[in-house]
Amino acid sequence: MPSVVTQSTLPDGVHVIVKRDCATCVMVAPLLTQLQSSHSITIYSQDDASFPDGAEVIHDADLSISWHNNIETVPTVIKVVNGAETERIVGWLQNEWAHTFDLPNIGDGLPAYRPGCGSLSVDPDKVDALRAKFEGSLLVSRRVEIASLEDEMEALFARGWTDGLPVVPPTQERVMRMLAGTSLAPSDIVAIAPPDLVELTVEKIAVNAVMAGCLPEYLPWVIAALKAVCTDEFNMHGVLATTMPVGPVIVCSGPGSRAIGMNSGVNVLGQGNRANMTIGRAVQLTIRNVGGGRPGEIDRAAHGMPGKLSFCFAEDEIGSPWTSLAVARGVEADTDAVTVFAGEGPRCVTDQLARTPEQLVTSLAATLLTVEHPKLPLAYDAMLVVGPEHARVFGEAGWSRERVIEELHARLQLKGTDIVRGSHGMAEGVLQKYEQLTVSKFRPNGILLVHAGGGAGLFSEIIGGWASGAVGSEPVTQLVTNVGTR
Amino acid sequence: MTTIKTTVNTARFVLDPTSEQNPSQRQILARPSSLKGLTVGLLDISKARGDVFLDQLERRLVGVGATVKRFRKPTFTKPAPVDLRHEIAISCNVVIEALAD
Repeated sequence: MPSVVTQSTLPDGVHVIVKRDCATCVMVAPLLTQLQSSHSITIYSQDDASFPDGAEVIHDADLSISWHNNIETVPTVIKVVNGAETERIVGWLQNEWAHTFDLPNIGDGLPAYRPGCGSLSVDPDKVDALRAKFEGSLLVSRRVEIASLEDEMEALFARGWTDGLPVVPPTQERVMRMLAGTSLAPSDIVAIAPPDLVELTVEKIAVNAVMAGCLPEYLPWVIAALKAVCTDEFNMHGVLATTMPVGPVIVCSGPGSRAIGMNSGVNVLGQGNRANMTIGRAVQLTIRNVGGGRPGEIDRAAHGMPGKLSFCFAEDEIGSPWTSLAVARGVEADTDAVTVFAGEGPRCVTDQLARTPEQLVTSLAATLLTVEHPKLPLAYDAMLVVGPEHARVFGEAGWSRERVIEELHARLQLKGTDIVRGSHGMAEGVLQKYEQLTVSKFRPNGILLVHAGGGAGLFSEIIGGWASGAVGSEPVTQLVTNVGTR
Repeated sequence: MTTIKTTVNTARFVLDPTSEQNPSQRQILARPSSLKGLTVGLLDISKARGDVFLDQLERRLVGVGATVKRFRKPTFTKPAPVDLRHEIAISCNVVIEALAD
């Protein structure tokens, strides 16, 4: 027997919501007519105002009663006492109806149980319009009218709201549907968006997530990534303003990344997966539209890179010989989280011959040396995305994540004589005072190891970073929370 | 039997994805206090004898110190081509928009 007591919008008494287009409702219809005489029940019909025959019926024509009482199935019986809902029966259950109406033999001859039918208020063809109608007033964004002769896709380009690709028009219905992906309220402020330092509401994120092509279940990931990039540590303003070709690289971890269908395998850094592409795109569109970070304005990148449209992927945790990046950064195992890293475009490390971890780690280190410039140490971090066939070499040798990073650092100690300005015929390099020193290419936590990629191919990928640490950007990990309940 | 489907032209709205720090509609520039020294575009929409009216207007404008550039739409039945609108926008300071029939 349902026992949860909640405040009800219905008056005290027993209420039954039905529709004629439901065999269970038709089966109990004669009972309802009797109960109206004996127990003064109130009957609401969603479709036919004259159903049940002979009863006095309130026609829930606009489905407002059904909507506001969260009716998902008909028939539903609701008992309200002193303004609070005390009982709710979904479908026909003889013993529960008998208890509620205190009629032990109610429905004699009927089966003991028969499930109900879908409520019209949750009909997929109607639910978006109903949500917009009954809950749309929660949205405060300016309504912008598309002129009658204007093509709506062109209109969004013309207003400067896109990243150069078409966007999904953010209608009220679509934004309301998107907001169902989070338990946060539309008005909740989750971050201050650079560069204009605008209070970033869940509603504005949802509008941009619609435009990016997200599904509602992606929204908590978009919100988490935006919280992460809008921190002082990540420094989104600097990532935008720099002339270097970097943008937020978003790595998703935890079982939720698999539940929403993210790709951590074949073509992991490429196109083709909706979650990967649209979560990253929604983050960038939000920074563009709400934060005001547009190329040629605050975004001063000399070249930029294609990943500034979207650069988002999932770790392959299931197939990994290591703990995940998120766990390595302090998140509990099996917890949903995003890690953002200010990175440039990826480049491939090919080593198809290494069969020992020493050989492979030496190849990876040699390529990592070239991040930004082989003679520039300490200023840049790097993300190393190790493919499964490379990771297997380390896994079979029992090398942990920490061991791999330690061995990389050991091979990336640079002699001052090799990296001072002018050495090896290159003007670029470090100051002369470092000539007699040994300098590490990366700071101690400057290599971020991720396991991802397709099962075939002895390759890994390096994503070079931007100015690291307090002067530039620090990687940030953020939990994914407030997943929607509807 | 053919059924002709009619559509009701209902207004379409989208939600503003921006911080709403800029107006949603472009504002009209302030009107110049004088036309002297400015380039004024005159667009002939290709209706008969429109040129007679515009010739008169041109004389008046030149008389107050404006430079006049004349443009002509291919046909009055269709909106001005994008290229023509662009040319007017980049080569004139002022446009007089009017229709006479």
